[in-house]
Amino acid sequence: MIINHPYLGPRDASEFVYKGDANLINRPNWDSKNSHQQFHDYLYLRDNPEGEHKELWYHEQGDRSWLIVTRNTITHEVLDVKLVRDVSVGKRK
Amino acid sequence: MNKVMRLHGSKINRKKHIKFKFNDKEMTGVDGDTLASAMLANGQMLFARSFKYHRPRGVLTAGSEEPNALVNFFNDHSWEPNTKATTIELYDGLLAKSQNHKGSLEFDFMAINDYFHKFLSAGFYYKTFMWPKSFWEKIYEPVIRSAAGLGTLEKKDDPSIYDKGFLHCDLLVIGAGPAGIMATLTAAKNGLKVILCEEDFVLGGRLNADTEFINEQAGSAWADDKLDEIKQFANVKVMIRTSVYGSFDHGIFGAVERKTDHIRSSGGKPRQILWRIYTKRSILTAGALERFISFGNNDRPGIMLSSAIRTYLNRWGVCPGKRIALFTNNNDGWRTARELRDSGCNVVAVIDSRMESSNQLDGVPTFKGETIIDTRGRKRIKSIELKDGTTIETDCLGVSGGWNPNIHLSCHQRGKPVWDDKKLCFLPDKIPFGMKVAGSANGKFLLSDVMRDSIQKTEQIVKELGYKYKKISVPKCTGEDLIIEECWEVSGTKSRSWVDLQNDVTSKDIYQSYLEGFHSVEHLKRYTTLGMATDQGKSSNVLGLAIMAKIQKTTVGDVGTTIFRPPYTPVAIGTLAGRARGKEFRPYRLTPSHNWATEMGAVFVETGNWLRAQWFPKPNEKHWRQSVDREVLETRKSVGICDVTTLGKIDIKGRDAGEFLNRVYANNFGKLEVGKTRYGLMLRDDGVAYDDGTTARLSDNHFMMTTTTANAVGVFRHLEFCRQCLWQELDVHMISSTDGWAQYAIAGPNSRKLLQKIVDDNYNIENENFPFMACGEITICGGTAARLFRISFSGELAYELAVPSRYGDSLIRILMEAGKEFNAVPYGTEALGVMRIEKGHAAGNELNGQITAQNLGMGKLISKKNDCIGNLMSEREEFEAPESLRLVGFIPVEKSKSLTAGSHLFSRSIEHKMENDEGWLSSVAYSPNLEHSIGLGFIKNGHNRIGETVVAVNLINNQLLDVEIVSPHFLDPEGERLRA
Repeated sequence: MIINHPYLGPRDASEFVYKGDANLINRPNWDSKNSHQQFHDYLYLRDNPEGEHKELWYHEQGDRSWLIVTRNTITHEVLDVKLVRDVSVGKRK
Repeated sequence: MNKVMRLHGSKINRKKHIKFKFNDKEMTGVDGDTLASAMLANGQMLFARSFKYHRPRGVLTAGSEEPNALVNFFNDHSWEPNTKATTIELYDGLLAKSQNHKGSLEFDFMAINDYFHKFLSAGFYYKTFMWPKSFWEKIYEPVIRSAAGLGTLEKKDDPSIYDKGFLHCDLLVIGAGPAGIMATLTAAKNGLKVILCEEDFVLGGRLNADTEFINEQAGSAWADDKLDEIKQFANVKVMIRTSVYGSFDHGIFGAVERKTDHIRSSGGKPRQILWRIYTKRSILTAGALERFISFGNNDRPGIMLSSAIRTYLNRWGVCPGKRIALFTNNNDGWRTARELRDSGCNVVAVIDSRMESSNQLDGVPTFKGETIIDTRGRKRIKSIELKDGTTIETDCLGVSGGWNPNIHLSCHQRGKPVWDDKKLCFLPDKIPFGMKVAGSANGKFLLSDVMRDSIQKTEQIVKELGYKYKKISVPKCTGEDLIIEECWEVSGTKSRSWVDLQNDVTSKDIYQSYLEGFHSVEHLKRYTTLGMATDQGKSSNVLGLAIMAKIQKTTVGDVGTTIFRPPYTPVAIGTLAGRARGKEFRPYRLTPSHNWATEMGAVFVETGNWLRAQWFPKPNEKHWRQSVDREVLETRKSVGICDVTTLGKIDIKGRDAGEFLNRVYANNFGKLEVGKTRYGLMLRDDGVAYDDGTTARLSDNHFMMTTTTANAVGVFRHLEFCRQCLWQELDVHMISSTDGWAQYAIAGPNSRKLLQKIVDDNYNIENENFPFMACGEITICGGTAARLFRISFSGELAYELAVPSRYGDSLIRILMEAGKEFNAVPYGTEALGVMRIEKGHAAGNELNGQITAQNLGMGKLISKKNDCIGNLMSEREEFEAPESLRLVGFIPVEKSKSLTAGSHLFSRSIEHKMENDEGWLSSVAYSPNLEHSIGLGFIKNGHNRIGETVVAVNLINNQLLDVEIVSPHFLDPEGERLRA
């Protein structure tokens, strides 16, 4: 499997570590109203889509960047690779 | 029949003789032979015994699809079982043995199995290996299982060397038959970077085995010429003896190159190389393989595939029989008959299952619309019996059941091929991205079609890759069409009709599988073992599917195929491992004091990848406890030194470094003063304790974090996740510096005095200047930069001193020299463990992934004022329940007894079952200071039960022990020593 790193080009998947659903970057606000329920959902509920899936990969044997990889879970086709930093800049308060 | 005249062969040198031995019998072959062709030339038709029935078997094919002729092959230094005689390249002095028989190959005692075949049918294991229970170990495993099977391993280490490598190309061409050669040339002339892989040791594929002409030149000579032409291109890499065994995601292929299997000695070079080939495009030109027909006793030595006979004849100049008959359902069988006759061989009959066949051959008896129902001859076929009752004497029967395109690699990503009703074969359908299939692999059986298909596909690839296409013309080829009619199984015979020769699966097994409800192909495969083992059913699968289709009154396409999985041909485990064997698989990490510790005679233990000194035995010490007790007592009495380099170290800098630590630790860090160290507890976001360690503030914006040895990598990954994915607004940067610093714990009442001898004079480390939990950047030994932390895991007055790794070896020697006057002792991980248990510190045994801060008695530590990982989920009721587990200490009521870690805890006079389980002992040790066994563990509501006696139950060795719940701080509970 090959992941096309935005800076480093195509790299073998063995250089990366997989974490999980890219939604893990959307950690709930700790002091919001129903934060317990939100954290419960954040920690324990996952979609298991057939097809496109955004997921987190860490370039551990490389530049240590966390990436969001859009992968088709059926064909393993990698449709898009972005740095997390580029995805969520401006999203934060 | 020892002397066999060799005919002309397209790829042999008849003048160069090669001596070899099969079962200690000396034979002679010629240059270019395989073991199979040479054995056939020596009149040896008996190669092996079959899997289950131990039937005599010959050779069926001339390639890697061989099901029968598996031998034990002496390779350099060891015997390799299940090697195909059809692929072993002959060399002078080659040794091979037959396998799977007791007694000789000719008289195999296990052949008695053949008479019990009625009991050994499909599902035999499932039905038989059931009862009585005692038979399992006594009969089934040792006797019955060993009676069936292929070759046996030597059960010694594989002495060969294997290597791995990586290759990149624009186009990978898989298979160097006519289509592969044409594709390579086309791509090469258009400037693509090409790799051509061929499993055989010659190029040309069936061009060497047939007698077709290309541009009025013999096919095999054309292949030679084209190879010469290909070699002129710098952009082409030709790899022979290289099997592409798997097609993986994103254009990655696995290939095995056999480097030294064809020579007598590897000369210390790698035997095989596992290549990972990264491709932009690939073209599968792997050709097609002929398949078998099922009829009575169709497994006898001398029965071969018709195309294999042609290969032995044309490529190797071997005529495998004196009276050859052919049985075919297509025109290809006729081609073999014609070429045999033209070479002067004796063809006694052609049996063509087709009524309407227009083929005929002068002087050869022909039986049209006729089939074979049975054969005779134990160790070699003697005669065949046709359905009409005719008996024909023959010593070699060629069978042609049609051709299966080699589509495997196009299906490795779950591709399902489609059935072609006219060609009677599966064709590739949904092909992986970047791949094209051309030639016979794509169902083109006429040579000119093969060439055209290959050129067209390559043209598409050239254009896809953005090159301007230079036209290549299709060469003029001879050849004829297949014209095939269905003939899978000859019915009406009482004899067994084999489908899968390698696994001894007969057509009856397929009927039985159907009757017992195993209809799906995947069930059929598992129940009957059809298509398993080293050949993966290359000559048998489609035949088996067709018989199943007939039973189910449906089409082969509707029955479908089993899932194709890599490898295409077997790959040795050693090849997959490459150099990563033994210690190379998982190399040790050594601490800077390793050489010194070795000199001291230390006993080492693996902790993660690290080798750490476990204890340092003195010559008079006979038991490890003696060494450990001494190290503990001496340290507590004066001073001890321990290498703690393996702890994870993370250097954290930035304006928001303090805030960052506030958020990743459960306890507050923002207010930590410069020059101070603090214990930190790290939770997961679900509130469970993850890791702990100390973090020192070296300056306003600079922290030094330590993690446990085990979690060093994981914590760093987690911190990077927090930094990049959760809190991008924080200005913080970090780097792992575990390898950068050698770190020693110096513990005991004399530790300060010892340190004062090496710390440079301008640094005052007296208690008032450098109190408990102080830290600082200092110099030692006259200017060497160092970091000093006054932290204590042992509970003593203690320091940790870090120097750049390259000074680690010197520092331990200097410390031990300077410590002589205090009788300083080195201590290992065991003494470290004893002292931390005496002190009640949690470690890996306690932080096991189930334990919360509350369980550890650290609930109050958790910051409530700000967001930090895990604090919110720590608030859940279950975590706060008074009945939850608490870390406490345990001592045996009877002091002479020893606690056992892992024991579970129960209230007294209650039944020892799961529902009553109240906790467990996590760490135990013998305390030389208290002179009895002590332990840490978790028990419900433990902190309110101090003084209570409970029972520690160890069901593994039936130990029941009364233990008293005590404070986890066995020694110096007020912490006076570490503040001294």
